[in-house]
Amino acid sequence: MGFELNIQSFNNVLKSLSENYIIYAPVRLKGKGMYSDTDLVTYGEISSYEEIELSEKSRYSPKEVIYPITQTLFYFTEEEFREPSINNKGIIILMRPCDANAYLRLDNIFLKNGPYQDNYYKKLRDKVKFFIIECTKGFSTCFCVSTGSNKFLDYDAFFRFEGDKITCDVKNDEFNSVFESGKKIEFEPKFIEKNEIEVKLPDVNKVSQNLEYIFNHELWEEYTKRCIACGRCTVSCPTCSCFTMQDIFYKDNPKCGERRRVWASCMVDGFTDVAGGHSYRQKYGERMRFKTMHKVYDYTKRFGIPMCIGCGRCDDVCPEYISFINIINKVYKAVEERSETK
Amino acid sequence: MTNVYMPQKAQILEITPQTDIDYTFRLRANMKPEHGQFLQLSIPKIGEAPISISDYNNEYIELTIRKVGTVTDAIHELNPGDYVFIRGPYGHGFPVNNFKGKNVIIAAGGTGLAPVKSIINRFYRNPGEINKLNIMAGFKSPKDILFRDEINMWKEKFEVLLTVDNGDKKWNGNVGLITKFIPEIDIENPDNTIVIVVGPPMMMKFTCLEFLKRSIPEENIWVSFERKMSCGIGKCGHCKINETYVCLEGPVFNYPKSKELLD
Repeated sequence: MGFELNIQSFNNVLKSLSENYIIYAPVRLKGKGMYSDTDLVTYGEISSYEEIELSEKSRYSPKEVIYPITQTLFYFTEEEFREPSINNKGIIILMRPCDANAYLRLDNIFLKNGPYQDNYYKKLRDKVKFFIIECTKGFSTCFCVSTGSNKFLDYDAFFRFEGDKITCDVKNDEFNSVFESGKKIEFEPKFIEKNEIEVKLPDVNKVSQNLEYIFNHELWEEYTKRCIACGRCTVSCPTCSCFTMQDIFYKDNPKCGERRRVWASCMVDGFTDVAGGHSYRQKYGERMRFKTMHKVYDYTKRFGIPMCIGCGRCDDVCPEYISFINIINKVYKAVEERSETK
Repeated sequence: MTNVYMPQKAQILEITPQTDIDYTFRLRANMKPEHGQFLQLSIPKIGEAPISISDYNNEYIELTIRKVGTVTDAIHELNPGDYVFIRGPYGHGFPVNNFKGKNVIIAAGGTGLAPVKSIINRFYRNPGEINKLNIMAGFKSPKDILFRDEINMWKEKFEVLLTVDNGDKKWNGNVGLITKFIPEIDIENPDNTIVIVVGPPMMMKFTCLEFLKRSIPEENIWVSFERKMSCGIGKCGHCKINETYVCLEGPVFNYPKSKELLD
């Protein structure tokens, strides 16, 4: 059902929703940016329209709402393993279609890969209501159309923010009563149809047929030289899902402690270390290849959709100005050329 | 909702030092793993690590653990009667039922003997299951030799070749890498011979190549990969090689698949 609201009535809607939900949206944190006197745009809890930052792409994605950077799995007291309790409230996230699609990518890893569902992920994920922010222009490094993640129709509500006027489509009947103060209107969600940047994803079958060629291709060597293995690309990526288990004990009482999982990065040293000191993919170019292939090849082969959702955050944050967009295009080109000459 | 990360408590029944740094821990557990599967062993507040199961029966499982990291250092400090925590078993083991009636060669390097020991002991208990078993076990030096008593026991029923990379004054056995001895061993019918190779990456690579030279068909060769799984259940990403999750599709692989695991 479509509604039209003004800022005042939208804020009232947020207020009623907050009785049962924690509401997240992109926010601007003044002075928290990477450089002095710059801001950080990221996801945070909000209670009013004024806090929502719509003019800039968020540096970090909303994935940490359901997959925290550090998540306690167990509290240990003596012999006891106790699972942490979680907030009873539901979760509403105002996010763009690409990031909503990223949630579906995470679902595949945490809920569908292997014989077990990750219970910690599922508990938070089941609470999520998708409040989509209409995005028809994107930003300069976006390529969501190329990755097929520009549209998201399975939303609970969909918002168009135009100055003082906020229009929306509410699909989840649970929320109709909250929005009833607004004027009923016809609403058709719009999606971005063309980004400034177009990326060509390599054909999965062609990569499969030329796997060794692509793996040993000279294109990766450039990244051995340029990449500094800082892992920023994977931290900002809304679909990167790797983690490491970590136990700690409390300094003032070593009998008590926690088992946590913390985000891990295939780009950073230590990711593949095995007992006795051996590690794999020591060259940074090999790590870049591993990440790239996961994003646009092996994940696609496993789940039928590319993992990359084309948000371009990895390009935005790289301190060495490495462009993932270029990497994907290079792989595409290498695969196509190889297939033609064969 | 089942907590897939919740381990079970297991009491240490017995600790058998194998070398200065490798101990075998027998834990009370009714786990029924497949040969070659692994589990996640943890000590609360210290950490969790993937360990292959070196032997088992209905009452216990055995883990042979080298002291090489935070968790393994800590478990070496424990005593019989203490508790550890385990979850699993995970992954795919060796399809031992398909080896019935065949000639089997097991080539193990160093701690690689641990994940295949339960297979050898199974055949030791039931020699009728297979036609013949050859064991090739290689270690760095005499002081690194694992399962000495069992190796001697296996010699009663099977052909056992024990070798060390570097001998010492007291050592009068074989010296050299396993690969050196493969050309010499007796392989009657390569098509009816199953080869299991487990050890460090380079050892596995060259050992497999030597067996291929002896006309063993690729699909008769089985290997087991070592990766540091953090979750063991296909989520954490640490063990992924290209498109393969070692924890889910491995750690045991048939050679035609393993040679495609590019990393």
